[in-house]
Amino acid sequence: MRSCPREGSGEAPRVVRGLSRWAAVGGLAVLLAACARSGDGMIPQNALDPAGPIARAQDRLWDIVFPVAVVVFILVQGLIIVAVVRFRDRGESQPPKQVHGNTRLEVVWTIIPTLILIGIAIPTVDTIFRLSAPAVPDALRVRVIGKQYWWQFEYMNAGTGAPIRTASELHIPTGREVFIELDGQSKDDGADVIHSFWVPRLAGKQDYVPGHMRTMRIQADNPGTYPGQCAEFCGLSHADMRFAVVAHTPAEFDQWLADQSRAATQPTTDRTRQGFELVAGQGCLGCHTIEGHPQNAGARVGPDLTHFAKQEKFAGYTYPQTNENLKQWIRNPQSLKMGAQMPDWGGGSPLSEQQLDALVAYLQSLR
Amino acid sequence: MTAIAGKQRTRPQPRRIYARPVATTGFWSWFTTIDHKRIGILYGVTATTFFVIGGIEALLIRTQLVAPNGQILDENLYNQIFTMHGLTMIFFAVMPLSSAFFNYLLPLMIGAKDVAFPRLNAFSYWVFLASGLFLYSSIFFSGMPDGGWFNYAPLNFFGPDPGGLHSGSTQAAAQIHQARMLYYSLGLQIAGIASLASAVNFIVTILNMRAPGMTLMRMPVFVWMTFVTSFLLLFAMPVIAIALWQLMLQVRYGAPFFDPGAGGDPILWQHMFWLFGHPEVYILILPAFGIVSEIIPTFARKPIFGYAAMVFAGIAIGFLGWGVWAHHMFTVGLGPVANTAFSLTTMLIAVPTGVKIFNWIGTLWGGHLRFRTPMLFAIGLVGMFTIGGLSGVTHAVVPHDTQQQDTYYIVAHFHYVLFGGAIFGLFGGLYYWWPKIFGWMLDDRIGKVHFWLMLIGFNLAFGPMHILGLHGMPRRIWRYDAGMGWDLWNLVSTIGAFVIAASIVIFFANVAISRSRRIEAGNDPWDARTLEWLTTSPPPADNFKEVPVVASRDELWHRKYAGEDGTQPVRVPAGAAQNHDDHDDHDGHGEHHPLPSYYPTITALGMPIAAYGMFFEGPGQIILLTIGAAVMLFGIFGWVFEPSAE
Repeated sequence: MRSCPREGSGEAPRVVRGLSRWAAVGGLAVLLAACARSGDGMIPQNALDPAGPIARAQDRLWDIVFPVAVVVFILVQGLIIVAVVRFRDRGESQPPKQVHGNTRLEVVWTIIPTLILIGIAIPTVDTIFRLSAPAVPDALRVRVIGKQYWWQFEYMNAGTGAPIRTASELHIPTGREVFIELDGQSKDDGADVIHSFWVPRLAGKQDYVPGHMRTMRIQADNPGTYPGQCAEFCGLSHADMRFAVVAHTPAEFDQWLADQSRAATQPTTDRTRQGFELVAGQGCLGCHTIEGHPQNAGARVGPDLTHFAKQEKFAGYTYPQTNENLKQWIRNPQSLKMGAQMPDWGGGSPLSEQQLDALVAYLQSLR
Repeated sequence: MTAIAGKQRTRPQPRRIYARPVATTGFWSWFTTIDHKRIGILYGVTATTFFVIGGIEALLIRTQLVAPNGQILDENLYNQIFTMHGLTMIFFAVMPLSSAFFNYLLPLMIGAKDVAFPRLNAFSYWVFLASGLFLYSSIFFSGMPDGGWFNYAPLNFFGPDPGGLHSGSTQAAAQIHQARMLYYSLGLQIAGIASLASAVNFIVTILNMRAPGMTLMRMPVFVWMTFVTSFLLLFAMPVIAIALWQLMLQVRYGAPFFDPGAGGDPILWQHMFWLFGHPEVYILILPAFGIVSEIIPTFARKPIFGYAAMVFAGIAIGFLGWGVWAHHMFTVGLGPVANTAFSLTTMLIAVPTGVKIFNWIGTLWGGHLRFRTPMLFAIGLVGMFTIGGLSGVTHAVVPHDTQQQDTYYIVAHFHYVLFGGAIFGLFGGLYYWWPKIFGWMLDDRIGKVHFWLMLIGFNLAFGPMHILGLHGMPRRIWRYDAGMGWDLWNLVSTIGAFVIAASIVIFFANVAISRSRRIEAGNDPWDARTLEWLTTSPPPADNFKEVPVVASRDELWHRKYAGEDGTQPVRVPAGAAQNHDDHDDHDGHGEHHPLPSYYPTITALGMPIAAYGMFFEGPGQIILLTIGAAVMLFGIFGWVFEPSAE
């Protein structure tokens, strides 16, 4: 190697020491990375903590490419450190030997990275094609519509009665493939802008594209709540376009489906009855569906409220469904979520506090 | 071309109206200068100003995100600020800072007296400044663009508040949104004209203005990277210009290019944007690669290792850079074949990039490394860019990229590339060429404090973002809840951002302190290798008293040190150095004293005037468009007909 001055050989121990120091740093990095993937539930959207076969297949590739990157990192930074220490100026009067290159070395550091990359490319391409396979026959099919700023889920091959739709909470059975159809071609639901469906622990993201149909698959091993959120910038409340996938055991899921197929609970108290009437009188049903309400028009502009009280959070899975939050939301949605497309019901002819209480009581009864 | 026309037309009787300004000093002379060095300084000062503005925007973003549910900004402001942070840093800080170096150094490094088209060069600068001021003027009217620098369709015409429930009415919402999108599309179209003009200028300069003996393969690597970058600009700018033109027609007149409801396709915007956007990444980074390729040999006191490989790797990156755009679109759903193709090209581009990294290390190896401030920044680039390059390879792994895409992991990646790469390189360049440009040295000790603080702050700010992204934190969110496990790393990142800010303050302090001390630099303070160090600091108006005749790569070094390549050089005694060839040379390299000119500035001024016309309906629109066009026409005619130099 022409580029290595012979007199440098006496410094080998220093080089070794430098390298071992860097190996220690690298080991620490790997350790940190290992900590980062610890699945203690403290990081609910941890992509390194897959909870189903799709996310696991994607994660397996990370397990290949990350160690390679760490090794190259250690090599390059190690070489820099060694060069910096070993070849620092010691006040030499004459410049060093004017080396212009070394063809053999240059060929080597072109070919070796190429070989490494081929090694990464093979499992990558294999996984790309495996994950793009069509749905398995018994998959649960869910039609998904992204809206500014919430997700609508429609269960395609489940239940027998009226179509089941939920907002911001997607319920699935464990151990069964769920085939997601991101339907940007929907005429009824009016696609607006691009969103991206992402539940990190169940699968990588897939964009929802107006004008196009996109599909993806998710699957969960165990029951639980897996949060996700819109990953493609979609406007003012992009940060609050959140959702959750709730995985049930197959039996519980069937029960859930049966519950959802029922029409809405009828009001039983005076207060809920007043709310029941306000929902019609205030024009709520112009945008929302409440299956079983006599004035229901099946509107799909806003979320389906038929089983509203079964949800944990509202407004794009952002606020817990407390009475106070709901009242504030009805009074002034913009104060909770800028750009929300629900009109301000405290504006022109404000609802009285008593009316608000009645409305919220009715909503909270929709189990 | 126009200069020739001017020569023929105006002699023998130049008319008064076309008289050229003569002042070359004083405040107003800056508005008419066509000296590439002064234009370079204008670019540098303006870009640094925009860098500070973009930096303040970054601090606002980081302050908002320091803890869950931050209250400093609201959705509306946050979206404007992160959009403008991206646009500012890309189009108004890093690109023009690179341009500042191109302008100042390119003619000096190839032994030329100026660029090929000095007035076009001035025009580029004024158009660039006009576009920046135009874009930022939005703050006084509609508010700034808020769709992200990538400004995806349909959001770019649909708007973030289609029902007008935030803005008060659908009409108000539509008006505000349309205005913001017009600022975006018109502002960037104008900026693109500046880039196109300077790209042509630099290409012609490199091809035609080299000193005798300066063959292509003797050019400094920085000049090669300027060349490649200019070609990238030449081909990339028209692509974004068309997309921006379409966007303008869509938002202003409802032409349905990107509207799926009317036969358009939002994916079209993405293809156009990234077909420009990816080469743009190399437009941002290759100049810094060029700078580092000058700094490392100087301070290692060795020639660049594998010059030819270095040059060809740069060209290969330039070519391959056109074949990877869809890796920004792996989650769009282009299908397994397209995703595979772009995965493979993305991996491939890592190879020439790796070659550059190893060649820089090869240059360090066996040298006598002097760790002055420029060298620290250069080595910093090699180390930090490597991290960005490695995370780039992980993006090529498509199935896992669907986890990374649109998260802070991506934000981490491109800041390691564009800050760890471009900004470190550009600061290295500032410290390296400062003495040449101003004639006095920047303080080395303060410079080192700047470097170390910046290196630490940079890694604190952007290192944790890798983890945040993999832990599921998306980009472009104005707030996040507690309980997501993101609190700690966001806090660390914000601390890092303020450490970076402190390092920038130290840089400015260094400039002020060093300026008062004024330690004279002399022609060649670093014992450097290339032609710009042959002339005085700062160089005279026509750069070289005598056009240098070039006999080898690293010409200046070979004039200072004797000895065959590959051996230990011996310093030539002072005074013994002489030109290899003293023959008179008059083939286009003779006297050069171009006069300043009003017209590039005037022509540039017409553009924002016409652009403002697009915000009005009816007479207002016609009047402003007419005035803008008239100003431009007047400028162009004056440009053509003004008397030529002498």
